[in-house]
Amino acid sequence: MEDKITVKNLSKIFGNNPGKALEELRKGKSKDDILGEMNHKVGVHEVSFSVRKSEIFVLMGLSGSGKSTLLRLINRLHEPSGGEIIIDGTDLTKLNKKQLREFRRKHFCGMVFQNFAILPHLTVQENVEFGLELQSVDKETRAAKALEVIKMVGLEGNENSYPAELSGGMQQRVGLARGLAVDADILLMDEAFSALDPIIRRQMQDELLEIQDRMQKTIIFVTHDLDEAFRLGNRIAIMKDGKIVQVGSAEDIISKPADDYVKAFVEDMDRSAILTAASVMHPPEDTAFIGDGPRTILRKIRKKGLTGILITNTRKELKGYVRAVELADYINQHKDSENIPMDEKLIHETAATDQNTPLSDIINLYTEHEYGPIAVTGDDNKLKGVIVKGAVIAALSESYSHPENGKSLDKNL
Amino acid sequence: MFSYRIPLRQWITTVVEYLERELGPAFDGFSAFVYFLVDNLKEGMLFLPPIVLILLIAALTWYMAGWKNSIVAFLGLLLSENIGLWEAFVETLALVLSAEILVVTVGLPLGIWSARSDRFNSILRPILDFMQTMPAFVYLIPAVMFFGLGLVPGVVATFVFALPPLIRLTNLGIRQVPIELVEAADAFGATEMQKLLKVQIPVARPTILAGVNQSIMLGLSMVVIAAMIGAGGLGEDVLRGIQRLQVGQGFEAGLVVVILAIILDRITAGLGVRKNAAK
Repeated sequence: MEDKITVKNLSKIFGNNPGKALEELRKGKSKDDILGEMNHKVGVHEVSFSVRKSEIFVLMGLSGSGKSTLLRLINRLHEPSGGEIIIDGTDLTKLNKKQLREFRRKHFCGMVFQNFAILPHLTVQENVEFGLELQSVDKETRAAKALEVIKMVGLEGNENSYPAELSGGMQQRVGLARGLAVDADILLMDEAFSALDPIIRRQMQDELLEIQDRMQKTIIFVTHDLDEAFRLGNRIAIMKDGKIVQVGSAEDIISKPADDYVKAFVEDMDRSAILTAASVMHPPEDTAFIGDGPRTILRKIRKKGLTGILITNTRKELKGYVRAVELADYINQHKDSENIPMDEKLIHETAATDQNTPLSDIINLYTEHEYGPIAVTGDDNKLKGVIVKGAVIAALSESYSHPENGKSLDKNL
Repeated sequence: MFSYRIPLRQWITTVVEYLERELGPAFDGFSAFVYFLVDNLKEGMLFLPPIVLILLIAALTWYMAGWKNSIVAFLGLLLSENIGLWEAFVETLALVLSAEILVVTVGLPLGIWSARSDRFNSILRPILDFMQTMPAFVYLIPAVMFFGLGLVPGVVATFVFALPPLIRLTNLGIRQVPIELVEAADAFGATEMQKLLKVQIPVARPTILAGVNQSIMLGLSMVVIAAMIGAGGLGEDVLRGIQRLQVGQGFEAGLVVVILAIILDRITAGLGVRKNAAK
């Protein structure tokens, strides 16, 4: 996928002489030394990453990790102390004030803030029109566009309300709509949902995903909430002390944490919601073809030491599951015949799922279907892999906490 | 203690005399402008029959501050007319309004500037402290030297005295605009002017209008003092009461000043809360 934003060695040091502090930092001085000796605070230190077009990229970290500073560096609300920010081929750090303003208008959908930052003296409609008004868009176009996004975020009927009359969730919708109204494609969100109560927050996350489906903006989302990061992020960057510790999908981060810090972070995550079928399935080696004939199939089952086997046709399309016990009985009944045909009744329907199904849903499949492993299939019904119970349990147990003492059973995994 | 006395008073006199001599034409021009302003305001208001102006002011009070305040204003104004202080009332109102127009014209830009520049703010602040702690009577001397006697030096002295709170509160109001609102404007690519006009001033509006209210109240407190240099109006009646020890006359004029203060306070206090109030 195409890179929309590329950040190279980006740094931000707060103080009178950031250049000097950066130099000292490069020479190997620690952040604490810089703070102690020079009284300069290192906000972001030589960070590099890229954001792909139309993805939600989450910057995740505890407070003071530099995530909000990094977000503000990307549109130069904070002046970088060093490094490059390249958006659609333009290096933002090289622009003068006027060019930067033009660039912001063309490329950034403003910003969405934790405390909404909508204007108290304007109505919802006027607030949503704000970005367009700055660009001197004419009144009719402005109103039409505003109405369109007001509908999109579900604020219809509140166009003429003032922010003070709205709940927190609704105010944040105004903030979001204000960003979406502008004809630009990068949306920066700073702890956008952190001030909302959990149920509303969840709802807003869902709506953001829904809107993103339609709008396909490139979103950089800052949060300190891991659940939120994993729910929203196509990719997540975990930050610590002004640096990015790891960038990857939720699954990457859960299954291959880069260091102990990340590991400690993700320890308490509900893994079943994040890990998907793809991460626990085995390649479908142990399958039989429907044309193989009962004896061949049974031999195959016995050889592998299984209790049954998945059946496909020659195009690898899933047909069902055959149990060894039933198959053996069937063969016994027909032991005089040279060539017995396969009986359709022997092929049981089996649980099938696609690669992106989270484990939490897969567990339910086990309770619904009596026999066999779970088949993982693609859109074309072709078999992609097999999930056996053991693999699911193993994947989940990596973070399993004992209900009685609350301690992780296996810290080393 | 020392045989040498610092010639501070000579210095000040020299500076003021120098200004008077060199900038005389400029002061004359300014004087003409202020006179034009205050005289037209006064004559305009006196041109109307008292009852019409009384009803207009009562209506404005109603609109800005509700019917209860409006009734107080109406009765107070009728009383002023009845005790024969109507012309003095109008004169004082013209003086306070003219001074306030000057205060807003000068104070608002200075307040905005000091909110945007820490350096300017640090220069301006001690000057404002000086202006506010200097006894108001002292302003009368240079005012008379530059502008002679009459309404104009009265307006100027009132202006100088009433200026600081507006600058301070404008500065404060703009600095208190939440940083995120300013960041939001920047993030959308607002120019400095757009940021100021569409975000900072509207959000700071209640505080700025509190500054307007404060400066009007200070201006009113200057009314009696300004009468000492012939500014006329209600202050003159109060002064006459003092000089002749006529307690009734002095109190009457004082009461009308209070009435004027109440009306102006209610109207300008209403300005600040009107629009931002959520229903």
